[in-house]
Amino acid sequence: MELTRRDVLAALAATGVAVGTGAVLRPEPEEDSPIGDHDVATLVAVAGVVYPSAVEGVESFVSEYSVTRVRDRPEYAAGVADAVDALDEYTRDWYDADFADLDAATRERALSGMDVDYANPDPGGSDRERIRYYLVNDLLYALFTTPTGGELAGIENPQGHPGGTSSYQRGPE
Amino acid sequence: MAANEADDVDRTPSDRVDVCVVGAGPAGGLVADRLAAAGHDVVVIEAGPRFDDGARERRMERDIRPAHGPDSVWEMGGDRDDYSSSGDRDYPLNAARVKGVGGSTLHWQGMVMRLHEQDFELDSATGVGADWPIDYEDLRPYYAAAEQELGVAGASDNPFAPPREEPHPLPAFPPSHSDSLFAEACEDLGIATHSVPNARLSESRNGRSACVGYGTCQPVCPSGAKYDATIHAQRAEDRGVRVVDRAPVQRLEHDDQGDSVTAAVYATPDGREHRQEAREFVLAAGGVEIPRLLLLSATDQYPDGLANSSGLVGRFFMDHLFAGVGGTLDEPTRQNHVGFNTTESHQFYDRADDTRGAIKLEFLNYAGPSPVEMALDGDDWGDELLDRIRANYGTHVAVGAIVEQPPRAENRVRLDPERTDDHGNPVPDVVWSLGDYTRRTIERANEIQRDVLEALGADVEWAVGPENTGPAFHHMGTTRMGDDPEESVVNPQLRTHDLRNLTIPSSSAFPTGGAMNPTLTIAALALKAADHVDDRL
Repeated sequence: MELTRRDVLAALAATGVAVGTGAVLRPEPEEDSPIGDHDVATLVAVAGVVYPSAVEGVESFVSEYSVTRVRDRPEYAAGVADAVDALDEYTRDWYDADFADLDAATRERALSGMDVDYANPDPGGSDRERIRYYLVNDLLYALFTTPTGGELAGIENPQGHPGGTSSYQRGPE
Repeated sequence: MAANEADDVDRTPSDRVDVCVVGAGPAGGLVADRLAAAGHDVVVIEAGPRFDDGARERRMERDIRPAHGPDSVWEMGGDRDDYSSSGDRDYPLNAARVKGVGGSTLHWQGMVMRLHEQDFELDSATGVGADWPIDYEDLRPYYAAAEQELGVAGASDNPFAPPREEPHPLPAFPPSHSDSLFAEACEDLGIATHSVPNARLSESRNGRSACVGYGTCQPVCPSGAKYDATIHAQRAEDRGVRVVDRAPVQRLEHDDQGDSVTAAVYATPDGREHRQEAREFVLAAGGVEIPRLLLLSATDQYPDGLANSSGLVGRFFMDHLFAGVGGTLDEPTRQNHVGFNTTESHQFYDRADDTRGAIKLEFLNYAGPSPVEMALDGDDWGDELLDRIRANYGTHVAVGAIVEQPPRAENRVRLDPERTDDHGNPVPDVVWSLGDYTRRTIERANEIQRDVLEALGADVEWAVGPENTGPAFHHMGTTRMGDDPEESVVNPQLRTHDLRNLTIPSSSAFPTGGAMNPTLTIAALALKAADHVDDRL
């Protein structure tokens, strides 16, 4: 299933970013962005691990979402950048490369090796807990509050998305 | 967004006003709005902050994402909100309330039913609890007015509801897909189902959006379709009312004769205390903080606290209990599209005798976890995560119930002298336990719920019964209403027996609580009290 511009707008709305349908979504950080190209590339790489394989259009979705999401939230952006640093530090120790530069299988091994899958999401916690919060859970929250993510899971109007009051009345197709 | 940030708001008191209202929740907002409309000079003093409406999606994110505790959504907790819970049952007080402009309607579910006629005469009808000093007919016009104020969406299809004079202001939300499954099962069992009156807009109204289905009604509605008391606080301000936030009232002062309140003493974030003088005082701070404030206001003349000559301030604390049974079907049930319910049954509400209390059955539209919640708290990702979500979402069903708790003197709110809040005042101690009557009622609710799920063909997977039940977060009974000053705190006009200018339009005035969500009745009492205060002014 293809993630679209509509999904980016929905994911941003679920985080409180005020975006109209005519909003300009930038896939790359601007000069004054609180996160940089490497942070965005790392988020795209993490999404490659944590998103289901049936999802398409991940790179543009994650880039446009993450750059816009932190535009007016420097504290959150600092948390993202800090989590990326922590993840890179781990992969440099174990694999001699930044996370984004690893191949897909090694990325998954690295996240599992850090026990990020078993970590509690905590913005003020340990490395793995911050990675779970700022990278993994942020991306999963974005995906599963969109119409496409909801459809993937079997619900047209997922929690967190203002999809109206018709779908709850309908029976299964 | 944070409530403890410094600001430059002027919180000094106004010159003596007509009315000082303590608390900016639904009761305080409605009273202030009504009295301002009648031309009176009103000040509202609110302990919590004025929240930023624009941050509601962020609050929704805090609710859905598991890193943040539920109390953090509306910034509850810390020394300001410290409390004790010393009864047989733990009482999670800070999950049960919000301090701020809008009060607990900021996080409420938004279900708004009128009490039944029998609720007003429970002692006479069954020998349980107490009679109210007013009856349904006394409150009936105020219920109608409250439904207009709150913008209630409902239908007149409930065969068990008390008589009403006109349709609800807005059409009811149509039934859900799962409602239609329940309706068939209930019909087989001879159980009548009907719509739910909701304080959320089924159509746009007065510039507010109709519900758009965020699915997070409790604890936050990002669209504003669910009623909350910021609406009346704002309207009151538009009429000239002054709403002072972040100003917890520390105590009330009275005159030398001890028959009227002269001032509310409140603290401000700059560490100062101020005195707001008024001709009339209205306490609208909920069923826990109201008795606490009266007890904190003890003087030499009233060593047991204000308005407490009966000794009943804080006594007869009641809540409703949750009972529920849930499971799964072998077909899609389409849950979690919205965060509110659309079908109930009041068939088991009225009591035949003293063997059990009222039961209000609710057929849930949000049984089981939502996909996004599952995605965020698992230990898997990628295709494995999606497989788990698909396997676990979509076939859940559940029948909940609100169950009555009768008034018992040993259940109470008192001061805990061992612990103090951020201003050095003893914190409230909620002493709460369940009696046999309530246990029997929960057991009966569970029996009905199991019958329904069995008729539906569901695999029953969980139950909430007498041992693992919890409160519905409805604080009632702690300044009960009555005619006899020796057996009650406020009179039928909601005015305290002891102090002639002190009014308490709150669920704390309920002599019994029935099994209906209390806010519509709180609103009706607030409108009634406003009329009485207006008459005196």
